[in-house]
Amino acid sequence: METMRERFIAAASELLDHDPRLAVVLADISADQFGQAAARHPGRVVNVGIREQLLIGVAGGLALAGLRPVAYTFPSFLIERPFEQVKLDLGHQDAGAVLVSSGASYDMSSMGRTHQAPGDVALLDTLGGWTIHVPGHPDEAEALLRHACAADGRVYLRLSGESNAAPHAVTPGAFTLVRRGQAGTVIAVGPMLQPVLDAVLDLDVTVLYAVTVRPFDAATLRRAVAASASTDVVLVEPYLAGTSNREVDEALLDVPHRVLGLGVGRAELRRYGTPADHAAAHGLDAASLRTRISAFLRAARSRPHRENRPRINTE
Amino acid sequence: MALMTGDEKHGPAATSTLDVLWVLYDRVLNVDPADPEAPGRDRFLLSKGHGPMAYYAVLTAKGFIDQELLPGFGSFDSPLGHHPDRVLLPGVEIGSGSLGHGLGLAVGMALGLRAQEIRRPRVFTLVGDAELDEGSNHEAIAYAGATGLDSLHAVVIDNVSATHGWSGGIATRFEREGWSTATVDGRDHDALEAAFTAPHHGRPHAVVAVVEPKKPTVSRPRASAR
Repeated sequence: METMRERFIAAASELLDHDPRLAVVLADISADQFGQAAARHPGRVVNVGIREQLLIGVAGGLALAGLRPVAYTFPSFLIERPFEQVKLDLGHQDAGAVLVSSGASYDMSSMGRTHQAPGDVALLDTLGGWTIHVPGHPDEAEALLRHACAADGRVYLRLSGESNAAPHAVTPGAFTLVRRGQAGTVIAVGPMLQPVLDAVLDLDVTVLYAVTVRPFDAATLRRAVAASASTDVVLVEPYLAGTSNREVDEALLDVPHRVLGLGVGRAELRRYGTPADHAAAHGLDAASLRTRISAFLRAARSRPHRENRPRINTE
Repeated sequence: MALMTGDEKHGPAATSTLDVLWVLYDRVLNVDPADPEAPGRDRFLLSKGHGPMAYYAVLTAKGFIDQELLPGFGSFDSPLGHHPDRVLLPGVEIGSGSLGHGLGLAVGMALGLRAQEIRRPRVFTLVGDAELDEGSNHEAIAYAGATGLDSLHAVVIDNVSATHGWSGGIATRFEREGWSTATVDGRDHDALEAAFTAPHHGRPHAVVAVVEPKKPTVSRPRASAR
């Protein structure tokens, strides 16, 4: 199956042909794959070498000169290493850019911690004004890339080597209702949709699918919770566990609720192996998710908070 | 500059840049306060955002800033902060303060103008000799030299404030990466103008403007003679 990274390179190369405002900035990663695009557009495919502070600085400068930069590398080197450049050369300058990473969380499991950045979304979330997309399929990645390139703001597109079996028709910024249930609401982010659907196959829960996590689609969540017998919410995110718990709490500020944030554990997992090994170790494989979600919802059944639950305004 | 009062502690940083800024705005840069966003303007990026009193003074003298704003320097309602903010001030190309950001942004700006075939504007950025300690500068210096980014100009104010100095001299650091360089008296206006406008076809250009050494506030080790 084609990867999100391969689709990104193909789509970005094609976009360069049609949008003279677009420029791709690289730090050696995937520079060979952009070779043909660079030959066609030598001024708008910039490889700065292994210089990640410059990667973001150049993106900021390109934006200030009127272009729409797309800066790409692994998340460790895109968000973590040059974080001050992300904060100042883009945010403080009020400069728009599209940051694209591949190699999410434990995609590069055999490479160890140096090539893993499960805290990237949480880190970026300390800054204001970022749209964060987490597609779950190459088709979704391409749609979100095209949407981001056509806009002007600051966008982070987080690609993964893990994909759902089939794409969804996604609307940037909006959660998708996948199925309805009464025992709670599960929000599956990006490539976590497939394991979540496998995990809750026979559980009576609503499943929302999120490819945009910032801004957080509070309205759809409120509608889903209003239509359910339970106000319990489970977040399943393919990055640091609990990254979006605050968003759920703010969305349901006037509603007694519980939220369980599932994702990559905070402790460093000093193991190599495969992404599947790491998913299991973090409790994010379908079997582990089923156990954790079921236990959380079971615990709720002994708490009669439903009776005095206020009506949720979904306007 | 005297109109800007308060507890700003970067007086030497401001006075060290004053002549360079004046010569740039008075004799070199193609900028117009009536049209500060003109696409064909030269770009000046104050990377060393510390002590911007000289910058604000020159921008005021050249019509970018209303003189009545100067006494409010650093106050809550003033657009004149102790570090400049491009969003608050027309004519200011970047917000700066944290050191080591201007050169990278300037490289991107020069690349962006070149990609759009806007050939005329030059991009100048002013850094301090101590600011060069930041590694991000050297990513930009190496890349700009290797790619012959000849619209890029770096002006280094050398007031001998880098804690460990620059072995072999500051200009050498740029020359090693393929830059054209000039080292001049940072108080000599004619020499500065000549250095800023010297031809440097196919290479970025660095001007080291030497000014009187900053008086150290604490005893510092020096790695080598300059």
